[in-house]
Amino acid sequence: MKIKFELNGKAVEAEVPARTHLADCLRHHLMQTGTHVGCEHGVCGACTVIVDGEAVRSCLMLAAQAEGAKVTTVEGLSREDDLTPLQKSFRKHHALQCGFCTPGMLTTAHALLSEEPDASKERIREVLSGNICRCTGYMNIIEAVYEARSAYRGGAKK
Amino acid sequence: MSYVGQSIERIEDLRLLRGRGRYVDDLHRDAMLHAAILRSPLAHGLLKKIRVEKAKAMPGVRAVYTAEDVAPGNSKVPAIPVRLMPVDQLLPFEQPVIARTKVRYVGEPMAIVVADTQAQAEDALDAIELDIEPLPAVSDRQSSEKNASLLIEEAGTNIPITYTATKGDALSVRAPYVRRERLITNRHSAVCLEPRGLLATWDGAKTKLTVEGAAKVPFQSRRVISKNMDLPEDCIDMIEGDTGGGFGVRGEFHPEDFLIPWTARKLGRSVKWVEDRRENLLAANHSRDIEAELEIACEKDGTVLALRGKLWVDMGAYARANGTMVPRNCAQMLSGPYRVPNLHIQSTMFLSNKTPVGTYRGPGRFEADFFRERMFDLAARDLGIDPVEFRRKNLARKDEFPFPLATLDLPEKKEELDSGDYQIALERCLKEFGWEEKKKLQGKLVEGRYHGIALSCFIEGGAAGPRESARMLLDPDGGVSVFVGGTSIGQGLETVMLQIAADALGLPMEKLRIFHGSTTYLKEGFGSFHSRSTVMSGTAVLLAAKELKEEIAKRTGRKVDALRDVDLKSLAPISIESTFHNHRHTYASGACAAHVAVDPRTGDVRLVDYVTVEDVGKIVNPLLANGQIVGAVVQGLGGALLEHFQYDENGQFLTGSLADYLLPTSTDFPSVRAFVLEDAPSPINPLGTKGAGEGGIVSVAGVVANAVAAALAPLGAVPRALPLSPPRVWQMIQDARTAA
Amino acid sequence: MKFAPFEYAAPATLAEAVALLASSGGAKVLAGGQSLLPTMAFRLATPSLLVDIRRLNDLRRISIGADGVRLGARTRWRDIEDDARLRTAHPLLVAAISHVAHYQIRNRGTVGGSLAHADPAAEMPGIAVACDAQIRVLGPKGERVIEAGRFFTGALTTSLADDELIVEVHLPAWPAARRWGFEELARRRGDFALAGVATYYDVDAGGKAVNAHVGVIGACLRPHRIPQAEKALNGRVVDDAAIQAAARAAEAALEPPSDLHASAAYRRALAGTLLERALQQAAQRGKA
Repeated sequence: MKIKFELNGKAVEAEVPARTHLADCLRHHLMQTGTHVGCEHGVCGACTVIVDGEAVRSCLMLAAQAEGAKVTTVEGLSREDDLTPLQKSFRKHHALQCGFCTPGMLTTAHALLSEEPDASKERIREVLSGNICRCTGYMNIIEAVYEARSAYRGGAKK
Repeated sequence: MSYVGQSIERIEDLRLLRGRGRYVDDLHRDAMLHAAILRSPLAHGLLKKIRVEKAKAMPGVRAVYTAEDVAPGNSKVPAIPVRLMPVDQLLPFEQPVIARTKVRYVGEPMAIVVADTQAQAEDALDAIELDIEPLPAVSDRQSSEKNASLLIEEAGTNIPITYTATKGDALSVRAPYVRRERLITNRHSAVCLEPRGLLATWDGAKTKLTVEGAAKVPFQSRRVISKNMDLPEDCIDMIEGDTGGGFGVRGEFHPEDFLIPWTARKLGRSVKWVEDRRENLLAANHSRDIEAELEIACEKDGTVLALRGKLWVDMGAYARANGTMVPRNCAQMLSGPYRVPNLHIQSTMFLSNKTPVGTYRGPGRFEADFFRERMFDLAARDLGIDPVEFRRKNLARKDEFPFPLATLDLPEKKEELDSGDYQIALERCLKEFGWEEKKKLQGKLVEGRYHGIALSCFIEGGAAGPRESARMLLDPDGGVSVFVGGTSIGQGLETVMLQIAADALGLPMEKLRIFHGSTTYLKEGFGSFHSRSTVMSGTAVLLAAKELKEEIAKRTGRKVDALRDVDLKSLAPISIESTFHNHRHTYASGACAAHVAVDPRTGDVRLVDYVTVEDVGKIVNPLLANGQIVGAVVQGLGGALLEHFQYDENGQFLTGSLADYLLPTSTDFPSVRAFVLEDAPSPINPLGTKGAGEGGIVSVAGVVANAVAAALAPLGAVPRALPLSPPRVWQMIQDARTAA
Repeated sequence: MKFAPFEYAAPATLAEAVALLASSGGAKVLAGGQSLLPTMAFRLATPSLLVDIRRLNDLRRISIGADGVRLGARTRWRDIEDDARLRTAHPLLVAAISHVAHYQIRNRGTVGGSLAHADPAAEMPGIAVACDAQIRVLGPKGERVIEAGRFFTGALTTSLADDELIVEVHLPAWPAARRWGFEELARRRGDFALAGVATYYDVDAGGKAVNAHVGVIGACLRPHRIPQAEKALNGRVVDDAAIQAAARAAEAALEPPSDLHASAAYRRALAGTLLERALQQAAQRGKA
């Protein structure tokens, strides 16, 4: 079936079997491989993307369900010339090792801070509990997201 | 300018943070096909018949292969060789890459389907018809030892080997205090966030097999593929891309590491296989499944005289590539950093109808530290000695290095601790933890929870040999390309290698490029395991840099200190390859402390605080060293409190999803603090570094279990098995009530 | 873990949706998909047709009136969290739902989906049963209302017919003075509970409990009330003795399952402990 939606600000369309989940559609049909698939049953959070402003697990959403939606992935949160403040904070705090969970961490953190730029460390911990990281032990991820909050205040996004 | 010792931000992050990493499933090739593997649904049975006709006729299916295709007629199905410490008696227990006449664990490969899409390949799996005659499953030590149901009939036994670790004469030690205990560690494993995957491409015209997705030990894996596929090593390129975690499991040879390249060659195409999470839990190496019966002998003042006893290691259905390290390490490392003068440990591998076992971060050591630290705490309690004092008294002393450990047999392996000042880490740990203050809470019930604290000391072996190479290529643009045999599994290898190279060459890091792992870069490489890369690849880089500078000095006719002062463009190209040979091991060391609060009504263990202090010899990058240690601690906390591969009595696997196999999340262990020291540089390498990847995990179960024991001492509950889940802790408390 | 093949439809009206469900033997409703899709990933469910109700916006509504709270089937956990009115209109619901899953799931998981999935450890079915909710469903023969207590027939099974879909759940009005408590224990935040307890009661002029309700999740094959524990509370002042009596009565009445996560004995004891704590919370609310 044919699906049309907006991906990282651009209109896209894909011809996919009905059973295709959004993560596979992004990765293998639209070749945006920044979104990762870690468990494919909705536990690990690596595949988190932002749909109409909200963080969702793209393995638990059919591509068909994205029809007409605005989808943002880690590619859409990135710039060519430099890292964004959130990415810089991750780098500064060594909030990633193997990097596999990182796109999901970034999309989740971005969705959170866009809505709640004053999120407490406890709130950040709670929200990120839906994203598994096997490398870092989370301490540095929490610090990184917490420090990135200032970039989301006063309307500054990304 | 100095990079080594600085918290340099990682160069890897620039791509990984922007979604530009290239993990194996990110790769697409023209006309690429997708493989799925049919796995045994039964733990033990005779494979009478596999009918693949219906599957072959399914939409998109290009081929279905079984053992008959892999090894036609009576030819032998290739087996996965034991890579580390191979001895002849293990040969019958090696795993064939695909089951032919018998299945021996749930998850064992039986057929490969190749189709146009992954989904079509999986559809066809459901269409393969199986006729398996069930056999009694061996699901525990007792049933294995009886040898009534044999996994490998030809071998005539379910017990492949018993290792003995010996120091002094432990069996004849008589002591005023002796205690015997039975302790158990829980089957669990790495569960890397990126599932394993391979993309194999066969180019018949060039006689070239390219295997992408290689990890950990690409050169060794190439050797196995070469032998089993009867293809010269020159015809095989193993390519390492970005890798989503290793921890000992990824990259170790598994059946798929043969089956996927073989399939690609058979079809003359690119074939991709990426395991799904269920397969990952089911089929990637398990670990940590050990039962111990140990005796500790002490003087009344707490001086340890001997450790002796037996270990039974459940290896699963086969002896896989590095499975030997689990029983061997657990026996040899049982004494840890302590002066245990007499040790006699028999460590027996036994087979069961479960997933085969390999190494997982801190293999055998996580288990050993749980056993030892529990024994020490029980002894200290019985003898009325402060548990910290007990450890202080028994730690190896600064002037005793190199300090010999027990010697192993089959094959013989002597081992010694290279250097250390163990008291420093212990005292620092007490200070950072706030031991004296927290001690007031010991065993106290505060707002419905019993509080307990404990301390443990550990060592971390690193720097496995026999050698490692690095190549430096002076490029026409005046930059230098650095090629190393170490592999990146997410630990920051690229940044660390370039820090070392930049200092050694006297060039800014921006002038350097790093290449690692793939077999195309060097003649030989040994990869990343045993916390070896910073020491082994790092030293090879150091040597190569020295030689490059010497070569440049020769060509320019003047002394060269830092290359930044030299016109490098005019000298390019120059290529230098150097090798660091090493047959000794480094031993990082440290101490850790845990504070728990246990709800006696629900059995829920809350980790209030955890501090670990580790001396890694010389710190190359404090930020990254800290990251390794904290990450390792949290993995260990998973193993101690959450993670458990469970089987039922029929050998059926029960924990095939991440809703059943519980990994730590961000809310579970909010306070873990690491402090990295460099008080005892290693004398066996010029950098002075030691491994830092595993120390954090080694003592976690020991110290957490002891903290739980301390908390629940008023109730008389005694932890003897892991994980310390709420139901288990609750049961422990009920048992203590019943006993009292 | 790819889904088995299926047909997909996203009808524009409720009537179309019902017609589609009736049209195919293996049709299933797709709401948020947060329970259904994982089940399909393991091929434990292989529907032939998914009827996606994402276009049925009437089903995504929270209405609060004198007769209680009505949650449309497509109401998401996040909608409950965001609706400040519910904190007074149904504080027990809000407290229980705060334990459901994680951030991303909460953005898609729905009330109707959870009820239809009927996991015995899930919070929403537990609240529906504990609060005597009514579940309005629609099928080819029209609408019917099922009492929550009769809706759940076992683990992952309900009295919903294959060609019916849930329209709305109605929670009866919640008096402001009502005393209540919710407690659960999960291995990790957001996991399904090993056991959980929801309880409430009203207080009569004499300070005694009336209309006591005790519901259990996790330590059961389907969410249910525990009349024995309720009986131990009704007509008594909820003091320590009454709380103990109710908790012990609950333990005696439960028949929890044993599985890889916990034994029946543990779940029974845990449910008793949690009920004590939930009742202490409730009694504490009375003092505040």
